[in-house]
Amino acid sequence: MIKEVQLGSNEFDIQLILYYLALLIVGWITIFSTSYNPTAEDFFNLGNAYTRQLIFMGSSFIIAILILLMKGQYYSYMAYPVYLFCLLLMILVIFIGTEINGAHAWIKIGNFSIQPTEFCKFGMALALAKFFSEGKTAQEKRNKWITAFGMIAVPVFIIMLQKDMGSALVFFSFIFLFYRIGLTGWVLVVGGTAAALFLFTLYTKEIYAFALVTAIFIVFWILNRKNRKKLVRNAVIYVVAIIFITAANWSYNSMLEPHQKERIDILLGKVNDPQGKGYNLNQSKIAIGSGGFFGKGYRNGTQTKLNFVPEQHTDFIFCGIGEEWGFVGSLVICALFVGLILRILKLSERQRDPFVKYYGYGIAGIIFFHFFINIGMTIGLLPIIGIPLPLISYGGSSLWAFTIMLFVFIKLDYR
Amino acid sequence: MDKQYRIITFIILGITLVFLIQLFKLQVLNDTYKKKADENALREITEHPARGLVYDRNDSLLVYNDAAYDLMVVPNEIRDFDTADLCKKLDISKEELMNRIEKARYYSKMKPSIVAQQMSKANYGYLQEKLYKFPGFFVQNRTLRHYPKPIAAHILGYVGEVDQKILEEDQYYQMGDYIGISGIEKAYEQELRGTKGKRVVLVDVHNRVMGSYKNGEEDENSIQGLSLWSTIDMQLQEYGEKLMENKRGSIVAIEPATGEILCIVSTPTYDPNLLVGSARSKNYNALLQDTKRVPLFDRALQAMYPPGSTFKLANGLIALQEGIITPKTQYACGGGYNMGSHTVKCHAHPNFPDLIYGIATSCNTYFCRAYYNILSNRKKYKTIQEAYQAWKDYINTLGFGVKFDTDLPYETKGIIPSVEFFNKRYNNSWNGNSVVSMGIGQGEAAVTPIQMANFVAIIANRGYYFKPHVIRAIGNKDTPNDRYAEKIDCGFDKNHFDALIEGMEQAVLQGTARSVQIPGIKMLGKTGTAQNPHGKDHSVFVCIAPKEEPKIVVFCLVENGGFGATVAAPIASLITEFYLNREIKRNDLEKRIIEMSIL
Repeated sequence: MIKEVQLGSNEFDIQLILYYLALLIVGWITIFSTSYNPTAEDFFNLGNAYTRQLIFMGSSFIIAILILLMKGQYYSYMAYPVYLFCLLLMILVIFIGTEINGAHAWIKIGNFSIQPTEFCKFGMALALAKFFSEGKTAQEKRNKWITAFGMIAVPVFIIMLQKDMGSALVFFSFIFLFYRIGLTGWVLVVGGTAAALFLFTLYTKEIYAFALVTAIFIVFWILNRKNRKKLVRNAVIYVVAIIFITAANWSYNSMLEPHQKERIDILLGKVNDPQGKGYNLNQSKIAIGSGGFFGKGYRNGTQTKLNFVPEQHTDFIFCGIGEEWGFVGSLVICALFVGLILRILKLSERQRDPFVKYYGYGIAGIIFFHFFINIGMTIGLLPIIGIPLPLISYGGSSLWAFTIMLFVFIKLDYR
Repeated sequence: MDKQYRIITFIILGITLVFLIQLFKLQVLNDTYKKKADENALREITEHPARGLVYDRNDSLLVYNDAAYDLMVVPNEIRDFDTADLCKKLDISKEELMNRIEKARYYSKMKPSIVAQQMSKANYGYLQEKLYKFPGFFVQNRTLRHYPKPIAAHILGYVGEVDQKILEEDQYYQMGDYIGISGIEKAYEQELRGTKGKRVVLVDVHNRVMGSYKNGEEDENSIQGLSLWSTIDMQLQEYGEKLMENKRGSIVAIEPATGEILCIVSTPTYDPNLLVGSARSKNYNALLQDTKRVPLFDRALQAMYPPGSTFKLANGLIALQEGIITPKTQYACGGGYNMGSHTVKCHAHPNFPDLIYGIATSCNTYFCRAYYNILSNRKKYKTIQEAYQAWKDYINTLGFGVKFDTDLPYETKGIIPSVEFFNKRYNNSWNGNSVVSMGIGQGEAAVTPIQMANFVAIIANRGYYFKPHVIRAIGNKDTPNDRYAEKIDCGFDKNHFDALIEGMEQAVLQGTARSVQIPGIKMLGKTGTAQNPHGKDHSVFVCIAPKEEPKIVVFCLVENGGFGATVAAPIASLITEFYLNREIKRNDLEKRIIEMSIL
């Protein structure tokens, strides 16, 4: 055990590679099922999503092999340059990018479009790992978190400009890393409470949120009335909460795009419009729900195959799995993701080099957030936010980015 | 292992567990998504069977089917579409379209309803191709009735869309389905409609049909309705309608040995092709509003006329059966039947006719007296009421005042007044003379042409009949329609018919119907003049031919035609000649009749 922690692995982690391949294969056969049209053109036509995905997969394997062959120690040195390069690319997108599905986040090169945001997640993970690993003591690392927030805020801001909500949210995944570094557990508690309060404010009216917070404040005030210090703290928290509610309400009303507001409203049940604004969510739930326990069988999924589900081979690909493979298939996919993420975390824990450890936490968080947001939205637990399911959704940029992320980790793990 | 590592692992597993619970709820615990998925992707297309064909007795087609295309809508599946484009294609206003969709929605949101019937081939092609532009709409193939000759409208009847009442009562029908509304289309609806089939197809989100579901495992082919072989002789029917042109009235010809109706004409009539498809309601209203000609009225089954002198045959028969007269019985005529207060006049003929001569000359006095004697037979019946009831029973047995339940819907039973009717009218104090005019077919009695024709068939058969009907075989030419196989005996002594037949022969040879003898055919006949309080009397004639082995009996009535011999007798005899000889030698008579106009 100790030896393992000290030395790392002597070989490439076969488990991670197997998880990677399993997800990739599941992804491709699902893309094939949802986009295959027996009456249409031949298999090797580049117009077919499944054919293009095969090419992306092939190129990903080449990238993976190259990463495994190259020397690992350069990543630490290259962390900041890569991060900056990604930022540069994203700024470039603002000027020369093209818009796909409402997100101005793509650079078109010939027949293919790449999405720099996907790669930026990798750059971010590298840069943060490098940044935190430079700290000598735990206290020193903790003190760096404000700067780290700034490092994250830059790409998030650019991504917001590109109107790509989903990707921006993914950057919050570094909360895992922050937490691991030793940022107090209050980060998680405050974050969770804030999220709950935010939703409550949107769901009801501002006034009810004020009432709720005030009621809680009064209860605590009575409980702590003999402790002056606690009373002051209560008052501060109360004021912050009131400001937060006002801000949440204001940002919801003025900052969010109308379609984003709608998505949140639908999820909150404030709008019931299955044919119109709620169409995506409704169809997604129908597709998954109609799969039953064992599913309808491969390529028998009517909802995904007949285009009732929007984006059924990209963001909503989980619908195809849920429909054709049922609860069993959904369970397997969840298990594969959880297995992959936990394996990354476990390997991270045994690293001697903090850079590798922090990098592992970074990419585990990214993969988990993708998994969390994507599946959460398809099963109606989260608002519809356009974000791919890692390694499964159709798309070259995403596949390459995750391949790079994962294999750099495998390479770094191998010492 | 650090606390943070464990907490992060815990959070990941916790969230995944929440996902799995939600997935389990959606996929395993909840059925509604399966139903919704089927609603999304499966479309059940009803395959409408073609209705059965109808042949005449010589295997000529009376009714066949034409292809037609209807535009259907499933209201729940409608999304935004180019209303202007659709309205233009259907040639209706936007309000009208919205109206129809609203109507469909009222019927059912999930089941398809018709939006537009019988689109042109061009529109069909266009819409079939552009259907994805109109989510919720689809095109359905149908068949429409078509009639090669514009005849027999009342017999054949017509089909139309089912109404709300039938939709509620009978699960077989869906809104927009056709159902027989009159004639044999109604009477044989069960046989003609066939069995619906269905095709389950997959449609995509744009409402395009993407192929069959489960390789057509759940599809069912439609089965065409059974064909019917009619008893109608198409050529005879056509000829009858031609003779009756510009006249109001009816011809009913029956093959007495079987009760098969050879032709049944009611004029004025209409072209059955008018009541087909989308033009139906418009044309129907036009026909309905034609109050002068009343073409929709089926006189053969529904018009009630005073029976006229032909009724004398029935009363003669009853008098014989009751033993009131024998064929030799003579009554003094003397120009009328005197009841004291007034006299039923008779026309010039030798005094003291017997039954045969009475029939031949249509003597009023003879039959008034015979009828009076039936009702005054106090040896047998204690009261007038009893006697009248006995007579009424006879008359009902002969098919008057009752319905036959033939296979033509909407027949009327006519009027043979009840004892109570006269008791009330005469305050219980009445005698044979009170009702004596019924003895000669006037007065309160009213009969329909088909009843008269059937009565003549009873005479031809000497005492029995088969219910008159128009369908002889169902499904297969050799599968007889067993609904009308029962031989109905009227209970009269067979010998009594000899005198009637003799009388009818004499009527043609030297009596009232001399002018309509058919060369080479021994025809029996009886003229009648049905008194009409509203205008000129109705001309009536019945005949049987040939005498030796009757093949056809004909009843003809021409409203306001005057004496029986003027119009009805020539028409009936021409019908007989045509049916038996297949050609007309008396062209002058034919020409005169066809050109005659009594409207």
